Amino acid sequence: MKNVQKSKRANQSLPFFFKDEFKVSFVIIFISLILLLTTFTFDIVPPILNRGIQPATFPKALLILIIAMTLIVYYLSIKNPWKIEKKLPRSFFLTLFSFILFVIVSKTLDFFLAISALSIFVAYYWGEKRLFYLLLVGIIFPIIVFVFFETILGLRFPPGIITNIYYS
Amino acid sequence: MDNLLLMLAPLFSSKLLLVLFFGTLFGLILGVLPGLGPTTGGALILPFTMTLDPLSAIVLLTSIYCAGTYGGAITAVLINTPGTPAAAATCLDGYPLAQKGEAGRALGMATVSSTVGGIFSVVILVFFAPILAQLAYEFGQPEYFALAIFGLTMLASIGEGSPIKNLIAGAFGILISTVGKDFMTSIDRFTFGINELTEGIGFIPVVVGLFAMSEMLTQSTLINQVFNRIALKAIKLPSKDDYKKTWKTILRSSGIGSFIGVLPAEGGTVASLIGYSEAKRFSKNPEEFGKGSIEGIAGAEAANNAATGGAMVPTLALGIPGSATTAVILTGLIIHGVRPGPDLFREQPDFLYGIFGAMLIANILFFIFGFFGAKIFARITLVPNKILWPMIFAVSVCGTYSLNQSIIDVWIMLFFGVLGFFMRRYGFSVVPVIIGLILGELVEGTLRQSLVIFDGNWLMFFTRPIALTFFILSLIALAFPLIRSSKLKKK
Repeated sequence: MKNVQKSKRANQSLPFFFKDEFKVSFVIIFISLILLLTTFTFDIVPPILNRGIQPATFPKALLILIIAMTLIVYYLSIKNPWKIEKKLPRSFFLTLFSFILFVIVSKTLDFFLAISALSIFVAYYWGEKRLFYLLLVGIIFPIIVFVFFETILGLRFPPGIITNIYYS
Repeated sequence: MDNLLLMLAPLFSSKLLLVLFFGTLFGLILGVLPGLGPTTGGALILPFTMTLDPLSAIVLLTSIYCAGTYGGAITAVLINTPGTPAAAATCLDGYPLAQKGEAGRALGMATVSSTVGGIFSVVILVFFAPILAQLAYEFGQPEYFALAIFGLTMLASIGEGSPIKNLIAGAFGILISTVGKDFMTSIDRFTFGINELTEGIGFIPVVVGLFAMSEMLTQSTLINQVFNRIALKAIKLPSKDDYKKTWKTILRSSGIGSFIGVLPAEGGTVASLIGYSEAKRFSKNPEEFGKGSIEGIAGAEAANNAATGGAMVPTLALGIPGSATTAVILTGLIIHGVRPGPDLFREQPDFLYGIFGAMLIANILFFIFGFFGAKIFARITLVPNKILWPMIFAVSVCGTYSLNQSIIDVWIMLFFGVLGFFMRRYGFSVVPVIIGLILGELVEGTLRQSLVIFDGNWLMFFTRPIALTFFILSLIALAFPLIRSSKLKKK
């Protein structure tokens, strides 16, 4: 409790644009506004075909509601600031990077290879240095999962360097 | 009598018994592992259910739900970390009691009260789901719209996060459901020229992303955290004294849990918190709460397991999920071509009573597994995260890909993983997103169809008594958190 109060006090001393509550509210409102603008590009149904409301009306109403509620959240946070979250550690950014790596490898090289690369990468940076366990999570387990999905569910994985060899 | 025989049908099918056995086992493992749980596990197992007939598939999902909810108690008692959010209240007294060298007694009480709560809720389910389904015959599009709005406003009081943040998350969930072709006019919405998005955003990538992948990112921030696991010698059945102390609490919490479960969108987490606080309020020894009170464990555990059967009532009778996990079960029903609602009760009673019976057996099975295997399940918590999470990633990716064989689904899952992490970091619960996504189509569809019926006159909603009742209940649901917080401030 004391820690929360301490971090709340620390948060109050920051300029408003550095505070989490401002940044989060700003991001939500900014994205909502972009989406709201997008709804104006939706096709309009001619009155003779239109039953009830236009397809854009419902999302528009939702986005306005989200913006309004976010403003309330921000207003309330001025009176009652959020506690400052701890800085994110390096391991978080490495895991996030591994997600991006996964997307790139699965798109350009191979789906299976991407799973394998991410598994080894994450296990290693989370502290696993033993080769057997790295092979277990990076190669043996993905092979089991791959074969299981392929045989039990009859799944066909996207083409790639390794999957092409397997399917041929 | 016929219905009772239908309920016992799973006992006479070796296939269903096998499914129940594995479902309960898998559910327990998921419940024990912090960060996983029946919602994520159900979403991950959903693609596998495609190889099963509809009844076996739903039996598998419901047994995971029942056992997973109980499994969270094992971790709560032994490492002071709830295996599932619904077990958070169990930590308050379970862990202190375990620290006193009575882990076996704490787990014994958790197992017994969970089983009693679970069985009690199945009885409620058997009696009330058909009644609710019968009532639903009176519902038209406006009533369903009002009911869905009631379900969404209930998000304001789901316990996690602030009420307004929960409502924002719920609205965001509905917004996701509008992506793709408009179902009435076939006009593209928020597709940004991506062909794969015209079919909309699937439920599974969003659930797996928001629950499993966001948890993986959360775990990446805790890799240096060390858990103090209390050794468990053997689980002990409660003594006569313990039964004397707790039987009223167990029954009260079972009732509370079942009632909370029936309310749309609420679930085990809210049920256990209320069950726990009511146990404290009625206790002769409230000062023992938080220090290892056996009543505290009984109150929380009976309530969270009682919510499982309760949550299935609106799910099956109305097609409105009672909790995040029942949203997954609802998706399972739809994937297998089963449309929940009153017609299901009239046309497929064997299917429904099969599910009821399976839930009853699952509650008995997890009692047996828990009682004889808690020591082994406790060992699962020893699997290091650096091994566990890469494996969960592999299963998540393949499971998400398998439903539509679409790589875009996998990327959507990763996107929602990152989004879910930041949502949780800044106090937005991810559960409302799931409920919003499931209810989105119903809300929009019934609204637009109602407006067609009313010739565009919005006021007509208030001329229908059932719809009006739901709107009034919605206002109460919105006002409730405000009243609660002002009361707390006064205290």
